[in-house]
Amino acid sequence: MRGLVGKKIGMTSVFDEIGRSIPVTVVEVPTAVITQIKTEETDGYNAVQLASFDRKEKNISKSVKGHLDKAGSEAKAVIIEFRNYIPEGLEAGDELTIEDVFSVGDIVDVAGTSKGRGFAGVIKRHNFSGVGDETHGQHNRLRAPGSIGGASDPARVFKGMRMAGQYGNTRVKVKNLSIAKILPESSVILLTGSIPGPNGGYVEILNKSSEG
Amino acid sequence: MDKLKLVEQSLVADNLPEFIAGDTVNIHYRVKEGEKERIQQYQGVVIAMRGSGPNRTFTVRKMSGNIGVERIFPFNSPFIAQVDVKRRGKVRRAKLFYLRELRGKAARIQERDTKGKKK
Repeated sequence: MRGLVGKKIGMTSVFDEIGRSIPVTVVEVPTAVITQIKTEETDGYNAVQLASFDRKEKNISKSVKGHLDKAGSEAKAVIIEFRNYIPEGLEAGDELTIEDVFSVGDIVDVAGTSKGRGFAGVIKRHNFSGVGDETHGQHNRLRAPGSIGGASDPARVFKGMRMAGQYGNTRVKVKNLSIAKILPESSVILLTGSIPGPNGGYVEILNKSSEG
Repeated sequence: MDKLKLVEQSLVADNLPEFIAGDTVNIHYRVKEGEKERIQQYQGVVIAMRGSGPNRTFTVRKMSGNIGVERIFPFNSPFIAQVDVKRRGKVRRAKLFYLRELRGKAARIQERDTKGKKK
């Protein structure tokens, strides 16, 4: 699928043609360099590897630098592969801009690393509503999970029981957002709705509207 | 954050004249009735402005007969065709919610002297 790497900038809103105020996420999408094209014969699957976002050369490892040099690319921060994307007439070293990959109205999926919330309780993590009242004698289990199962039968806790634990900081994909606006001169696109991760986080944007 | 501000600036409409709380404005508002579109006028005193960038809005209050009517307009709404500033008001605060308690003569606003000032 066609796609590019972006950086989440923040959220704002725009008015659409019928006057509704639409919440949008601003994503910076700089021009990416194709660093490698993987094909079924050589690698067992088809993919395009892109490098994006400038980084100082002293801050990348020599192995990464060697790989980027092969494609004639400057030092880059992010290298990401897009599977099943067979670019017509493109080869390693070529550049992809926003307008090459996206147009206004396209449907996209966005994948990124969600905000880490650490070891979170069941109320935050699973939307439990807590136990009982704040008053009437109860004093210490307002945000507790409550019962987690039976007693001597079944004498265990079932697998998959929703409990407290690590929440966030995982890969999350949001599907079917659409592109509200493209500002090529500042290399920015506006996507309807919210996307995973903090401002400044890197995200993959996959275009579902285009083939190839 | 700076990049967000830049993007927001490019989204903000700049075709409206400058006005502040206390000013009397006449708003030409596009109304869709089925297929047809016509312009509706709404005139009153600006009693509040809130928000910034693309989310900026202003509240206009008028007396319709004996009943106070307030409408909130987004600055960047595509439905606003035109805004005329009818009168500059002299007020000492940014939010004029006290006007809601007043009727008739008490609810008047003194005119601001704009002579000698640029625009």
